[in-house]
Amino acid sequence: MSAAYWRRAMNTGATARLPARPLPTQPSVGVGVDQSAPTTLRWLEFLRRELSVRHWVILVGVLIYPFVASPFFTYQIGAQALALGLIALSLTLLAGYGGMVSLAQMTVAGLAGYLVAIFGHSAATTISLNWPWWLSVLFALALAVVFAIAVGWLSVRTEGIYTIMITLAIGVALFYFAQQNYTLFNGHQGFNQVFPPSVGDVDFRGPVPFYYLALACALLGYFFVKHLVRTPFGVALQGIRDNPRRMHALGFNVTAHRVAAYAVAGLLAAVGGVLITWYNNRISPGSMGLGVMINILVIAVLGGIKHPIGAFVGAIVFVLLQNFAIDLVARERFNLVIGGVFLVIVLFSPDGLLGLWAMVRSRFRPQSPNTNQRRHP
Amino acid sequence: MKVMKRRVWVRSLLAAAVAAAVVSPAWSQETLKIGLLATLEGPFAVPGQDSMRGADLALKEKNGMAGGKKIEFIKLSSDATPDKAVASTRKAVEQDKVPIMIGPLSGDEGIAVKNYAKTQPGVTFINGSSGAQATTLQDPAPNFYRFNTEGAQWMVGLGEHALAKGYKKVFLIAEDYGFPYSQVQGFMASYCAKGGKVVDKAWVPLGTKDYSSVIARMPKDIDAVLVVLGGSDAVNFLTQYEQTGGNKPMIGGSITVDQTVLNFKGKRRESLLGTASAGPMADSIDTPEWKKFVADYKAAFKDGFPSPSLFAYLYYINTKATLDALDAVKGDLSNGHKAYREALQKTNFKGPAGTVKIDSNRNGVGPTYITEVVKASDGSFYNKVVKTVPDISQTLGLSETEFKKMGLGSRDVPDCRK
Repeated sequence: MSAAYWRRAMNTGATARLPARPLPTQPSVGVGVDQSAPTTLRWLEFLRRELSVRHWVILVGVLIYPFVASPFFTYQIGAQALALGLIALSLTLLAGYGGMVSLAQMTVAGLAGYLVAIFGHSAATTISLNWPWWLSVLFALALAVVFAIAVGWLSVRTEGIYTIMITLAIGVALFYFAQQNYTLFNGHQGFNQVFPPSVGDVDFRGPVPFYYLALACALLGYFFVKHLVRTPFGVALQGIRDNPRRMHALGFNVTAHRVAAYAVAGLLAAVGGVLITWYNNRISPGSMGLGVMINILVIAVLGGIKHPIGAFVGAIVFVLLQNFAIDLVARERFNLVIGGVFLVIVLFSPDGLLGLWAMVRSRFRPQSPNTNQRRHP
Repeated sequence: MKVMKRRVWVRSLLAAAVAAAVVSPAWSQETLKIGLLATLEGPFAVPGQDSMRGADLALKEKNGMAGGKKIEFIKLSSDATPDKAVASTRKAVEQDKVPIMIGPLSGDEGIAVKNYAKTQPGVTFINGSSGAQATTLQDPAPNFYRFNTEGAQWMVGLGEHALAKGYKKVFLIAEDYGFPYSQVQGFMASYCAKGGKVVDKAWVPLGTKDYSSVIARMPKDIDAVLVVLGGSDAVNFLTQYEQTGGNKPMIGGSITVDQTVLNFKGKRRESLLGTASAGPMADSIDTPEWKKFVADYKAAFKDGFPSPSLFAYLYYINTKATLDALDAVKGDLSNGHKAYREALQKTNFKGPAGTVKIDSNRNGVGPTYITEVVKASDGSFYNKVVKTVPDISQTLGLSETEFKKMGLGSRDVPDCRK
């Protein structure tokens, strides 16, 4: 309904045929999609339009990755980066497209992980309900989304730094609650032995099956976000980000759009949270503490918070640094390397690694400047 | 033209990077890598550093060699969370391909690493200083060895000692996680059996700053307060207890009465005298082995503590056991470490603070030192050893069935209010 308003409103403007925020190298495409086509066809059309050669190369690359990489690189680097990237992607959607920087995305993810442990199997037999895995995952995702909506409801009326503050407060509050509640969250110890399920002959505890599980979720999440930001809802969300008062004046329900964005982002974060819990085989308050909450923000900013793929790029760099910085600088100084790299990237490129990449490209390819111009925010 | 030049430059840089990546570091046949994990970040960063010193000292004593091979430590860090501990361990085992892994430092990490050890039967895991009971009592991993005793064992004998001092009723204040649960069980097992009462327990979150509600809850008719807090928590409690006029004597856990507490400057300083505590070592052990250990530590680490900490000691004995067994089998790790693990099982040496050996669950059996705070001639306070309890098993001197009946220590186990 509001979508129709939006299209009409946009059609009167000069920017009618431009998407709000295309990737630097992509050709401009229209906002409108043929509404009468069947859904599957529309999706195929969307994929055809979205996927360039570069995309196919990356897609094939990530698909054959487990066959060339060691189990360690498949699991600890690959799968972990994909799961963390999915949580960071939810922040990208909220912050990059909705203008709402929420620190509570890891809290939503952590809650989903906790709920999987509570509904499903774990070492804490007195608490866990031993439901089948699909049921526990379903309920965990649903309740996490409800929680995300509640977080959104509380914080959407605030702007900028106040959103950060209120989501920070919510995250820290849930952290301490989980730490001190024994009947439900099992206190400081949390839940051990929360394993991914076996479906048929496939045991997702193995590095390769788990990698593909994480990859499937990450790809779905990525294309979902890419699609969502081109839908009328997504475009309206970006409109609200840029000028909420004008959008309000145009008849949009600003609060409802923002809360809906929180709900969608909550779902993405919850899926990521379930994955990361299965990845660690455990969850405890420390898994959603302050440090981890901030890590998600770091990942999103590192990759480039304005691009969905940035979340995954950031996650890969982050996970690599976490694992290998200690080999570069021995003993207790290695955190300096991690911090230093973050600082350098953010200092030299406010748009993260993707911004840096665009900058490098435009510098070395001055003959085709038009495709590489950096958009103003 | 300029563009061309730039491209060439970039390409040569790239080529150099690739070349650097391909040419792996020099690999000599005689080097054996051992993973070494401690907490170099987070709340236990300082103990973690000292842990590394303990392990380094054990290697230094052997001139960096064991089993005829040069030993190289692959050092790893955790922030005391089980997630990070397992991630770092996995990196060492699967990426750096270490056959032997030493660590971690804290209790919950130990349980997580033990669970990971089960998925890597070809690697031998040796504990660092973690002291959770469940690591070796519940569902132990056949390739996880712990040469140190754990939290509950460290408190055995303190219960009798408290009763002998006339403390029949005590109030407990402790941090709310695995390690204090174990410590409290070690104290209460014998204390309750011999007729002592723990009238009430206050479990506070790690890092609590305000103890006023706990102090207000303390009954008037207790004989002593059992304080199982660590570091700044203990100091904060002590300060606030003094300010509210508390005057009961104190009994401490293994990490309660350390240098920060002994340097306490409040009015009640004198009342610290006589505070009893227990642990697997004490600064004032009066044996030549301990004195040599302290002297070696001081000589090796100019930036270290005045005396090796508990963590340095525990990492030292675990590393020494690891290297001794390597010597015993002459570095033979074939056959899924079969000979090596047999040698580990047979470990029996006289460590700085008593014999080091393990039981059939691969958990340490060793002595505990009961100490009391006394004043030295120069006016400073220190922990004086008043009693040594030798050969404490993980079942705290009880039979296995008796111990199973009691269960592992938790918030409510054991219980003797009335």
